[in-house]
Amino acid sequence: MSVLPDGWEMVVGLEVHTELLTKSKLFCGCENHFGSEPNTNVCPICLGLPGSLPVLNEHAVELAMRIGMALHCTIAPSTFHRKNYFYPDQSKDYQISQYDLPINANGYLDLPDGSRVRIERAHMEEDTGKTTHLGGSGRLAGADRSLVDYNRCGVPLVEIVSAPDIRSSAQARAYAAELRGILIATGASDGRMEEGSMRIDANVSVRRPGAEFGTRCEIKNLNSLRSLQRAIDHEALRQIELLEEGGTVRQETRHWDEDIGETSTLRVKEDAEDYRYFRDPDLVDLAPSEAWQARVRADMGPMPAERRHALETRLGTPTDAQRDAVVVVIDLGLERYVHAAADAGADVAIALSRAANELAGVESLDQLSSDSFVKTVAMEQSGALSATQAKAVLGELIANGGDPVSVAAAKGYEQLSSDSLEATIDELIALNPDEWGRYRDGDDKLAGFFTGLVMKATSGKANGKAVVAVLQSRR
Amino acid sequence: MTTPLQRADVARVARLARLTLSDDELDLFTEQLGNVLEHANDMSALDLDGVVPTAHPFGLINVFRPDVVTPSLDREELLREAPDADSGRFAVPRILGEAP
Amino acid sequence: MKTALSIADNVRNGSSTAVAELEQTLDTIAARNDELNVFLHVDHDGARVMAEAVDAAIARGESVGPLAGVPIAIKDNLCQRGIPTTCSSKILEGWRPPYNATVIDRLVAAGAVPVGKTNLDEFAMGSSTENSAYGPTRNPLDPSRVPGGSSGGSAAAVAAAMTSISLGSDTGGSIRQPAALCGIVGVKPTYGLVSRYGMIAFSSSLDQIGPFSSTVADSALLLEVIAGHDPLDSTSLPESSPSLLAHVDDGVAGKRIGLVKELYEGSSPAVVAAVMGAAEALREAGATIVELSIPELRLGLSAYYLIAPAEASSNLARYDGVRFGRRVDGEDVTAMMEATRTAGFGAEVKRRIMLGTYALSAGYYDAYYGQALKVRTLTINAFARAYQEVDIILGATTPDVAFAFGEKAADPMAMYLNDVFTIPTNLAGDPALSLPFGRGDHNLPIGVQLLGPGRSEAQLFAAARTLEIADGRA
Ligand SMILES: [Mg+2]
Ligand SMILES: [Zn+2]
Repeated sequence: MSVLPDGWEMVVGLEVHTELLTKSKLFCGCENHFGSEPNTNVCPICLGLPGSLPVLNEHAVELAMRIGMALHCTIAPSTFHRKNYFYPDQSKDYQISQYDLPINANGYLDLPDGSRVRIERAHMEEDTGKTTHLGGSGRLAGADRSLVDYNRCGVPLVEIVSAPDIRSSAQARAYAAELRGILIATGASDGRMEEGSMRIDANVSVRRPGAEFGTRCEIKNLNSLRSLQRAIDHEALRQIELLEEGGTVRQETRHWDEDIGETSTLRVKEDAEDYRYFRDPDLVDLAPSEAWQARVRADMGPMPAERRHALETRLGTPTDAQRDAVVVVIDLGLERYVHAAADAGADVAIALSRAANELAGVESLDQLSSDSFVKTVAMEQSGALSATQAKAVLGELIANGGDPVSVAAAKGYEQLSSDSLEATIDELIALNPDEWGRYRDGDDKLAGFFTGLVMKATSGKANGKAVVAVLQSRR
Repeated sequence: MTTPLQRADVARVARLARLTLSDDELDLFTEQLGNVLEHANDMSALDLDGVVPTAHPFGLINVFRPDVVTPSLDREELLREAPDADSGRFAVPRILGEAP
Repeated sequence: MKTALSIADNVRNGSSTAVAELEQTLDTIAARNDELNVFLHVDHDGARVMAEAVDAAIARGESVGPLAGVPIAIKDNLCQRGIPTTCSSKILEGWRPPYNATVIDRLVAAGAVPVGKTNLDEFAMGSSTENSAYGPTRNPLDPSRVPGGSSGGSAAAVAAAMTSISLGSDTGGSIRQPAALCGIVGVKPTYGLVSRYGMIAFSSSLDQIGPFSSTVADSALLLEVIAGHDPLDSTSLPESSPSLLAHVDDGVAGKRIGLVKELYEGSSPAVVAAVMGAAEALREAGATIVELSIPELRLGLSAYYLIAPAEASSNLARYDGVRFGRRVDGEDVTAMMEATRTAGFGAEVKRRIMLGTYALSAGYYDAYYGQALKVRTLTINAFARAYQEVDIILGATTPDVAFAFGEKAADPMAMYLNDVFTIPTNLAGDPALSLPFGRGDHNLPIGVQLLGPGRSEAQLFAAARTLEIADGRA
């Protein structure tokens, strides 16, 4: 499992920044929207114009609390500080963030494999603007001019900091995936890593098992689960190689290059930045009342782990493939279809399979009522539709809506009446007496032979399961 | 008790604050800031262990705005005030490193 | 001298017009501004449009606000849309804010006519208005002397009868000290009573906008107009504007007034005599005078000169040449920011940015900034104890009358000491006002200071009105 040489262990902690799904920014009324024309969602406040003042977005606090609650954190009275450093993507040349008193602290996240990663804190802060670089290769290094768009500046973020409890890149990936599911389930984030609404920094060090923690390096801005896993493995191996050659690891910030699959030095931490944190005098303390917390808690639905468990219980003893399908269905929030099918007494396994395969990745499911889904599953289960036909019917329902029975009829999936199916089978038995004899004597393989003949004779309209049932009855 | 302010301290602080000081200014500021800090030593010397710091004169808490979108500024008006702008964005000379 | 109350009355009852009042103001400014350097910008056209709008509303029979047609001067650290706002700094030269400060909106809604922006010490850092990138303002009472600061221009505008009222801001005495040196009334309201939205920050936890006027009643009226909760300022007090003008004649009968020695000791004999005279006048009006000592107030100056610069060092980071204001080019963005700030800020601003950066920096935070916040607590507690014994505190505003140009400019510490009596109320967040009472050397006015607990403006105005009458100015 581990890619590390024997006698080495990696120690990983993750810092996950997630943008919150508010309508407006953290401290002003500008729209929180990805993809607008540059500098069209800006005002005196998020641009840091002289004289402007921040006022905290109540809903952002509520979403931050939901994240804290889902991660079993203590929600405590908190303050906002200023983190002072000059950088052009930051309109005030300080970032409003939480420092020694974060809103959420001391929680944990349990992973599907049963391991637990402690959460040190999940604090609120504001996002920075976006720079594009002109000249050179279009990247920061080598550019001769940069342009700044402040639309993202002031968008609410929650930064979730794990303890250094992670011991493999696979565990790091599982943590990030589980956290992403939680963020989506709380409604706090859309979890879109490719749009930057969830961004991960990884602190990686290596050690001999049981030894003190080694010097860590921070890998910045990993924007996919795959990058996260690869970058951690690469970085741990780099450090081990260095140490085995008698060198030492330098504490630094590193950049992951997905194309060449390597990390490289961004900044050495020797000259530690002096952020001069102090309480932001423009903001007052935040102390969510018990009543407010209770209201927020009551509004929260179940988290992915609980939802996975609920589905697996309905499956009885799920296979590995079914467990994977459950993860997909929960991740995509499709379980209501499966539950509806199960509630109606339909086959859970068929429903799960259709949801994980046919409903996954679909742009919009607005046209598909869970009632239609349940009916389609029931038709497949009863043999009224073959699996292939059921998939085609679902595809049509997703695209254009409608009733499954009429969709099936329109597609010509009218099942043979059982009388005509039985007549066809009797005819074929009569035409193939040798094969029938072997089947009757217990050679089950010949069921396939007869089914093929029936399909041919009915132009595929017969249902395989129904054919087998008739063959059995004639034995 | 704190040690007296050194010229190197002033130079370090100037760098942090993005200010360039001439040699003469460094000398002058070291002396002037030293005087102010010396005056503050009467205060630094006090034993205030049990005293809670006050960041705000009145203890307001939980001041919020509703999550409602309000109109943004007109981009043209805004960029007219910018020292340099390009393609709807604020333009700056090259940036030498990532944000700290 | 015309008062705002009389102007608004006359405009409303038709014996004058907003345009006529404005023209008179513009004439007075034209006559004296070259000499005194009070206004950095006069908004002739915009003010005429506003004045005409007031007159038109009256002609239509609409009800107009309590400051109908009253010209008012605005300290140039308050944002007014489209009007150059410099904070008397080169770094903001030519900047036109795209928005109004809340106080500007409230003034205009009340019918007032903002006529222009007044000079100040750069970013309100100073006590003489000598630290302006656009030259010093002269004291109208003696042009060889400073008007005080940092709101020197707004104080001088009233003292020179250019306008009847003006707005200033007070972080450590920047309204009360120039009011004292210019012989007018100046008020620092309770922290949070007036919205800071649109006021260019110096020290956010200390800054308050407040009125200047020649009479106590005008300040009460102006404060009523600008006070009250503002959802755009998180530190704004939740309540609506208090009733003040209605209480100016309440008097002081039965009030207990504390004569606090830390707030006048060390002053010139004339200033001490004025404070004693004020105490006697209040006693004669029915108050009880209680002599008090609040030793903690002596620590205020040190705490202030760490807290205010610390906040300022962060508040002034945004002047980096990227989004607005002045830019000086550089090789790369850091060099550009440094060149911009080095060329754009004056010496006093740099001094305070450096001091504040130092006080917040790693290894020094606890000894300086952290300790100052604790001293702030001591100050608040000491005042609270005093206000269990007395209703109002009386002291001097400044140790002496207006000083000459250059007298304290070379020694920052000497300049800072000028604020020793005004600073403690800013630390506590309490209200205080200064009003002229008696005369000192060179027949220059002396300011006495009245202090009260948070939200006690009404009784401060009543006490001030009592002294105004006793001083024979009403
Ligand atoms: Mg952060
Ligand atoms: Zn905004």
